[in-house]
Amino acid sequence: MRTETNDQKLLEGLAQNDRKAIEAIYRQHYNMVQSLILNNSGYPDDARDIFQEAMIVLYEKVTSGSFELNSQLKTYLYSVCRRLWLKRLNQMQRKTSPEVENLEETVPVEEELELHEQRNKDFLLMERSMSSLGEPCKSLLEAYYLEKRSMVEIAGDFGYTNADNAKNQKYKCLMRLKKIFNQLK
Amino acid sequence: MQDTTLLDAVERYIRGEMPPEEKALFEHLRNTNPEVDQLVVEHALFLDKFTQYGVTSRFKNQLTAIHNQFVQEGGAAEQRPAIVVTLWKKYKKTVFVAASIAGITALVISGLVSLLSPKVKPSQLEYLSGVIAAQGYKLNKLDNKVNSAENPPPSFSRGGTGFLIDGKGYLITAAHIFKNATQVEVQNTLGEYHARIIQVDRQADLALLKIEDTTYHAFTSLPYGISKSGAELGEDVFTLGYPRPEIVYGKGYMSANTGFQGDTTNFQLTIAANPGNSGTPVLNNDGEVVGMVSSTQQNAQGMVFAVRSRNIFQVLDAMRADSSLQTTDSTLSHLKIPTNSFIKGMERKTQIKRLEDYIFIVKSN
Repeated sequence: MRTETNDQKLLEGLAQNDRKAIEAIYRQHYNMVQSLILNNSGYPDDARDIFQEAMIVLYEKVTSGSFELNSQLKTYLYSVCRRLWLKRLNQMQRKTSPEVENLEETVPVEEELELHEQRNKDFLLMERSMSSLGEPCKSLLEAYYLEKRSMVEIAGDFGYTNADNAKNQKYKCLMRLKKIFNQLK
Repeated sequence: MQDTTLLDAVERYIRGEMPPEEKALFEHLRNTNPEVDQLVVEHALFLDKFTQYGVTSRFKNQLTAIHNQFVQEGGAAEQRPAIVVTLWKKYKKTVFVAASIAGITALVISGLVSLLSPKVKPSQLEYLSGVIAAQGYKLNKLDNKVNSAENPPPSFSRGGTGFLIDGKGYLITAAHIFKNATQVEVQNTLGEYHARIIQVDRQADLALLKIEDTTYHAFTSLPYGISKSGAELGEDVFTLGYPRPEIVYGKGYMSANTGFQGDTTNFQLTIAANPGNSGTPVLNNDGEVVGMVSSTQQNAQGMVFAVRSRNIFQVLDAMRADSSLQTTDSTLSHLKIPTNSFIKGMERKTQIKRLEDYIFIVKSN
């Protein structure tokens, strides 16, 4: 019972982007995932990537408010990492040793991972679009849409004569980003 | 300008920032103008993706920071050895005890072995060329008698195996097959051909032959390549050679990094080999030639020594540099050693079928 309330607290913290909660999840579960990867023809860097991706899957799940704790967090993370790693191994065509098919308890996570894959595709596409967008557009869009700063403030920082001017510029940038995004797609 | 005004309106509408009057007007516009409606839907979706991107990349950065902190605290392995280190720490005591027991045992055993085992002399190194099987020779002789009237047949007493390194008819085989040889003949699944010894390197036990026969049709390419890196300890290898007048397949593994008495130009195989296997190519699973069978140690089962494939390159380089050879054979300078294998990943049966034609019986007097 205690692990369950503990898990619940950590997930609530994660949903609020609380650094302490994320650190705690890292401390409690990273080594389990690391040994899974290292024992199955992976390297420490692979363990880092897989664990981070699993954390993103978890984060997406809790921020969309749909995390029902029908398994322990440990089991959930293990299941996600295992699936992600199997898939990566397949892509790399490294020899899969049968150890991945071990007896650890797992829960089905296929549905979530499918959703995550779609999101991840959009994320990577957006990341590429942003990097080919260039400055000042990139910073301008980040400041307004992601950091939610006011147009007046932005105009001052970016050296536009007034907020309206900055806003016009921002829309032009956004239209360019959209165009790049749709082209890449 | 028109576009940015519209986009601004769309964004304010999505965020619910429009005063009621403007909102009613905008909704009317949206209902009557499908283009505007589509823009609203599409823009909302795009902004959602963009915000999601922002959220995820911020989360990713945070994760990276936490991970780095975690690594610094010693929580995660930076590199693979770190795991070994933790294991080492954990089992140090056990290891020491085990190591000392193992050490004492090893010393006792090696002492006993060196005390009891007979000393191996170089003379016990047995070349695998040997004498062509007496019976086969007799049969040959009988056969040949029929047309011996006009052309006395050359009598071959020594034999081995050779393999092509260039489709034009250049073969590599073991040098020790030839002793004052005047006649060389090679034979594969397609026919028998006269050949000439171009160069013999006794030190490396390598010989280069060239088929000089009008009935020989040059191959445009070879199915195997000659490996520059060679085999690794424990790697599976196979051989195709002629210890009998029939091609024989052998399977084994590389069992030591050096040859007889620590010869570094050779390596040791554990494989079945018999007289006639001299000059047999040793191939890895990818179908690359990693060596050539040369000799075996007497009274030692399955202990076979092979010349490393890289020596083939060295010997050929030396031959190319020898200008006197250039004058006797002008094509020698064009000789190209293949390094790519075309039978990689194939089933062994298929690999053997592809290889057969390129491996020859080598006979000399």
